[in-house]
Amino acid sequence: MPIIDVHQLTKSYPVAIREPGLKATLKHFFRRTYRQIEAVKQVSFSIEPGEVVGFLGPNGAGKTTTLKMLTGLIHPSAGQVSVAGHRPFARSPQFLNQITLVMGQKQQLIWDLPALDSLRINAAIYGLSDAEFRQRVGELAEMLSLQNQLNQPVRKLSLGERMKAEMLAALLHRPQILFLDEPTLGLDINAQVAVRSFLQDYNQKYGATVLLTSHYMADITALCDRVLVIHQGSLIYDGLLENLLDRFAPYREVTVEFARNQNHDQNQNHNQNHDQPISPETLKPFGDLKSLEGCKATFLVRTEALTQTVSKLLNSFTIQDLTITEPPIEDIIGKVFKTGQLS
Amino acid sequence: MIRRYLRVLRLFWLVSFAAELEYRVNFIVAVITSLGGLVGSLFGLFLFYRNDYSFQGWSWEEALVVLGIFTILQGISATFLVPNLNKIVSYVQEGTLDFVLLKPISSQFWLSTHTISLWGLPDVLFGMIIVGYAGAQLGLAPSAYLAMLPPLALGVVSLYSLWFILGATSIWFVKIYNVTEVLRSLLEAGRFPIEGYPAAYRVFFTFIIPVAFLTTVPAQTMLNRSDPAWLVSAAILAAVLFQVSRWFWQFALRFYTSASS
Repeated sequence: MPIIDVHQLTKSYPVAIREPGLKATLKHFFRRTYRQIEAVKQVSFSIEPGEVVGFLGPNGAGKTTTLKMLTGLIHPSAGQVSVAGHRPFARSPQFLNQITLVMGQKQQLIWDLPALDSLRINAAIYGLSDAEFRQRVGELAEMLSLQNQLNQPVRKLSLGERMKAEMLAALLHRPQILFLDEPTLGLDINAQVAVRSFLQDYNQKYGATVLLTSHYMADITALCDRVLVIHQGSLIYDGLLENLLDRFAPYREVTVEFARNQNHDQNQNHNQNHDQPISPETLKPFGDLKSLEGCKATFLVRTEALTQTVSKLLNSFTIQDLTITEPPIEDIIGKVFKTGQLS
Repeated sequence: MIRRYLRVLRLFWLVSFAAELEYRVNFIVAVITSLGGLVGSLFGLFLFYRNDYSFQGWSWEEALVVLGIFTILQGISATFLVPNLNKIVSYVQEGTLDFVLLKPISSQFWLSTHTISLWGLPDVLFGMIIVGYAGAQLGLAPSAYLAMLPPLALGVVSLYSLWFILGATSIWFVKIYNVTEVLRSLLEAGRFPIEGYPAAYRVFFTFIIPVAFLTTVPAQTMLNRSDPAWLVSAAILAAVLFQVSRWFWQFALRFYTSASS
């Protein structure tokens, strides 16, 4: 029995369209024209209890909108959602007691007061007894290594400590389903690692289901076996992370270091000045140029075109060094986001 | 269920009390402001009565009772209503309303009660002093003061409901600060007995913005010349407005799209 079951989920917003300029502004004021924007288009997936699933997509792909529909904050335009057997938008207390939403860019702790005060309010809202409260705060604070910071005003905490305190506040009622929207946003590497390993521990300890979005691929690779990739509102991939990489294996990263002096003997070379640094335009025909720093260029090249591209490069330029590697996962994902489809 | 709400309410207030005490100077400023405001309204009322003018059937002391009740009401709203209801806008704007909606507790309760501000307490105190003074001049029995409480409480409920409805419209019109200001200015009319206004205004302040129910009706009850019909209508009004505010909030939430990340 899947704990999250989503079927043909769709959300469209009316967005007022307005041309720039004063005349258009006045027209906009008196008669507004709306266009329906489909933020999420017929997305279907299901998640089993205890799974940790990464939710990937570029900004504006519809990740947050989907999370908000799953938590019952906004009403779907069409389709069915069932989370822990409930219809989220009804926001029944039984449902809310089982879920939590952590948003990296919003905070619920009271700014001027120690986190412990906010936590106490949350405990009362969820109907925890004092003993339960103390026990859970102790346990979570230990997992997050946060014992001493809870007595300080929230405004005095570092960003990383604040995020951990936010997590504590969001997990006090021991939810079975965690929705995390960019939980490591803006944190330094150490804090990211701490949050990650905490989520891992929490998942293992309580068997909680986790659906997580992040722009840091390290979060995804460390936590998730399975990923959902959403692009322009449509789900374009649902499966194991490694398979996603395999499907993109046709890409290799080719790094070329050109000789400083390009004394190639090419008859009709318009470029008379051979000492000129290599421009991105001249490199374009060879493949998808990823970076160019001085004489060092990196391409993403499809495997079937690999030998051809390399020989073309060798023919066209004097080359000092050439390496071929598998591209890092960020680049693969970036490629998916850019083209919006899997090859 | 009720016990849980009471426990939450106690914590809300304890915590916001602690937060207020972080800024001690505010309280002194509040005392001075409310003293100043009070002297101003006393002077205004005095100007009316100086030349033997009086609001129809209201002596100077009786009009003072109305002013006192108005001041108390102002204090109550500054303590309980303003800090909560004027903040609904920013919850919508910043998207932190999401956190409120995800709590297994009534979101209207959360939004309406989560803070108190001590700023209004001087007003409540000064208002009570004025009512006490005027009452002593009129030789009112202690029971008269108690009789004032139910209509005053009903008035607070009506005021709260109206205010909350206006605050809830921020779901659509995100910038709504000014609307609650308009309501506040209209409520200023409650400073004087409702009979002091021309008939057209009287209708407006009774049936459109029920200012009459906020101050004049409690004062009449206290002076023991209130028609029971007024008290009954105050109760009906409070109940209806409160129910409308609940219904309206649920309606507004259907349009909540939550600020994007």
